[in-house]
Amino acid sequence: MIAFVIRRIIQSIIVIMVVGLVAFVMFRFVGDPVNQMVGLETSIADRELLREQLGLNQPLIVQYWHFISNAAQGDFGTSYQYRRPVSEILGERLPATLELALVSAIFAIAAGIPMGVYTALYRDSVLSNIFLTVSLIGISLPSFLVGILLIFIFSVHLQWLPSFGRGEVVDLGWWSTGLLTATGLKAIILPAITLGLFQMTLIMRLVRSEMMEVLRTDFVKFAKARGLKTRVVHFGHALKNTMIPVITITGLQFGSIIAFAIITETVFQWPGSGLLFLQAVQNVDVPIMAAYLLMIAFLFVLINLIVDVLYVVVDPRIRLEGS
Amino acid sequence: MNTIKLMLSATALTSVVASAVAAETTFRYGFQGSLGSLDPYSLSETFTLGTLTNVYEGLTRRDENLQIQPGLAESWEIIEPTRWRFNLRQGVKFHNGNDFTAADVVFSANRVRSEGSDLKARIPTDAEFIAVDDHTVDVVLSSANPILHSEWHTWMIVDQEWTVTTDSVQVTTAADTSVTTISQETNGTGPFMIAEHTTGVETNFTANAGWWGWNGKAPNVDRVEFKTIAADATRVAALLSGEMDLVYPVPPQDIGRVESNAATSALVGPELRTIFLGMDQARDVLTYSNVTDANPLQDVRVRQAFYHAIDAVAISARIMRGQATPSALMLAPSLFSGSGAFERLAYDPELSKQLLADAGYPDGFEIQLDCPNDRYVNDEAICQAVAAMMARAGITVNVNAQPKAQFFARVLAAGGYDTSFYLLGWSPSSFDSWNVLTQLHGCRTQNEGTGPFNIGGYCNLKVDELAAQVLVENDAAKRDELIAQAYKMTTDDVAYLPLHQQGLAWGVSEKFSVAQRADNIFRFSLITAAK
Repeated sequence: MIAFVIRRIIQSIIVIMVVGLVAFVMFRFVGDPVNQMVGLETSIADRELLREQLGLNQPLIVQYWHFISNAAQGDFGTSYQYRRPVSEILGERLPATLELALVSAIFAIAAGIPMGVYTALYRDSVLSNIFLTVSLIGISLPSFLVGILLIFIFSVHLQWLPSFGRGEVVDLGWWSTGLLTATGLKAIILPAITLGLFQMTLIMRLVRSEMMEVLRTDFVKFAKARGLKTRVVHFGHALKNTMIPVITITGLQFGSIIAFAIITETVFQWPGSGLLFLQAVQNVDVPIMAAYLLMIAFLFVLINLIVDVLYVVVDPRIRLEGS
Repeated sequence: MNTIKLMLSATALTSVVASAVAAETTFRYGFQGSLGSLDPYSLSETFTLGTLTNVYEGLTRRDENLQIQPGLAESWEIIEPTRWRFNLRQGVKFHNGNDFTAADVVFSANRVRSEGSDLKARIPTDAEFIAVDDHTVDVVLSSANPILHSEWHTWMIVDQEWTVTTDSVQVTTAADTSVTTISQETNGTGPFMIAEHTTGVETNFTANAGWWGWNGKAPNVDRVEFKTIAADATRVAALLSGEMDLVYPVPPQDIGRVESNAATSALVGPELRTIFLGMDQARDVLTYSNVTDANPLQDVRVRQAFYHAIDAVAISARIMRGQATPSALMLAPSLFSGSGAFERLAYDPELSKQLLADAGYPDGFEIQLDCPNDRYVNDEAICQAVAAMMARAGITVNVNAQPKAQFFARVLAAGGYDTSFYLLGWSPSSFDSWNVLTQLHGCRTQNEGTGPFNIGGYCNLKVDELAAQVLVENDAAKRDELIAQAYKMTTDDVAYLPLHQQGLAWGVSEKFSVAQRADNIFRFSLITAAK
């Protein structure tokens, strides 16, 4: 077991290193950072000097080595745009992204599971058809369009909810939260729906098909034959058995919720790390781009590692193959 | 029951507090870009510097019409052709309470020219600043310079004592790993102070009640809140929903929407920025063309043919939806008194074909047009329209639109001017023709320092000579005559293909009125609340 985990961790480190290298190779094509860092009239000599000071003239592999060795010590360099340490800026922005991801995951589960159960139990009802149609829209519409539509309905026309930003935030030490103020709670509704809509439809369809599958199995028939109440059969036995794949998918999807937040954060000007990354790409802010990509890679690797370890705990067959 | 009573009284209390807060006027605005470093010498970029001029002040100011007005200097005179005297305003205090004196001006003049400053060009390197007394500064120049102070409204004066004690003398550059106080905090003399600054997200300003320019009256607004809203649709929505009092820029296609909304209106006006096309005239063979044995663009007839093939009036009317003015010169007409004498070459595709045939290209040729797609208003659409228009004259234009980061990396000096035909915008930072003549028209080959933005490599030694005379001519009428001569040469040579002056579009709430300056700088002290 320990050997398995250690092997997994070593593989994870390699994955992160490779992501870093790929990112560094890509940075050659995003443009010249120096152009974004100085005014239009800065002389060529001054530009060259800056390039030299930043180490941009060094070979790619040297730059990569500097970055990785500093990153290992927690130093991600200084942002070209903001002239502040990247770790500090990311630390400021991360709570916003994590809060948004968490709320949209909760929304996706809380809405997706009941809808899935309902559509499985009452396959031909009008409401089921409505749910299925809505879910089709949720899957096929790109999230920036959903976001803009929501803004125009709920912010511009009805003026119920704010169109952008995070509202007032409360600082709890290093964590800033918008979930404790009225404006903060209002501000998170639209972005959370936009970000969670896809996951919600995914969960709903997954629950529906799993549930329909389980309802056909013998033990459900047997439970019915025993004269158990329908409610107990559906929720006590059938739903419980559909939950295993749902939990796996939800867990794995959490990583992509954070990664996909880039688009939602841009539409709603949500001050999270995704928006920071997009602005960094536009301004060729290499240190922020590199740190963000590493962070996302780390997150995915971490989630996968946890899932792998859990599988080992749950499923003895994998354990046997490993040893 | 008791709880309900308690809740009711609590609600009453909050509403009292809320109304007390409401009596204080807050102005909220959103812009597409963000405020990076707060060090006023770090980055010479319009939005950063323009925003900081609400906090710091220069010796001069520019009013709504961009006329130079006294700022921290009450008056100035040229006592000898190479010696200027500035009489400083008395009784001015920095936000931390320090007195503003001549020593601060001398200190700022040295700091702005020091290593790492991006605003070195604001002051000639050999200009000497002498503090005559506490409120008089003399500037000694090596040669006459009538536009010495033309960019000083964005050269802001910092407090010597504060900068030294906070260890911020060194200008913050992007290469610095340590964070200096001056890049995160401010201490100016201006009408507003920065209360909170969250990098790249929002910045809140509070009024400086002691500012000399209020003339004893109360500040126009008590608080200004700035937020970055990068997405166009979100920015417009924030104005329409009443969450913002001002947003800019408003994209041309949304101006109608902002106008039709009862609570908002669009404020449009010409910007100083000229959008133009440039042509590679330096290389002997074009890099991106199917003509492989010559550079057709070195022939003035081909450049004229390009000019006649483009209908700039249609571009302004259709692509820009009326939010642009076709231009004949490479700078805004308002910046040069003699600009009325210049006119665009007429749109005439037939003449264009004729000229091409005369130059030896009866069937036209192929060329690539490099174009940014996120820098200027509708930049990519303009390039596509140009391609369609030039096709009628027989020239096949392949549009290569790229994000600004890649585009500038290629076409500017650092990328080796890697383009044959390109779209660019230019607004002279000094609001003066000399900038345009040297930066865009100065020969690149003479020495490395001149014509850095002359991407096409246009070169006319007579224009360079005239530019040198323009620089030192103190007499305004003579100077304008020299400028007119230079422009006559550059337009006869068809050095560039000017398209239009880009328009500015701001969306403003009916609750306030603001002054829109043609350089797109927003001054908080010119906000007025509607009664």
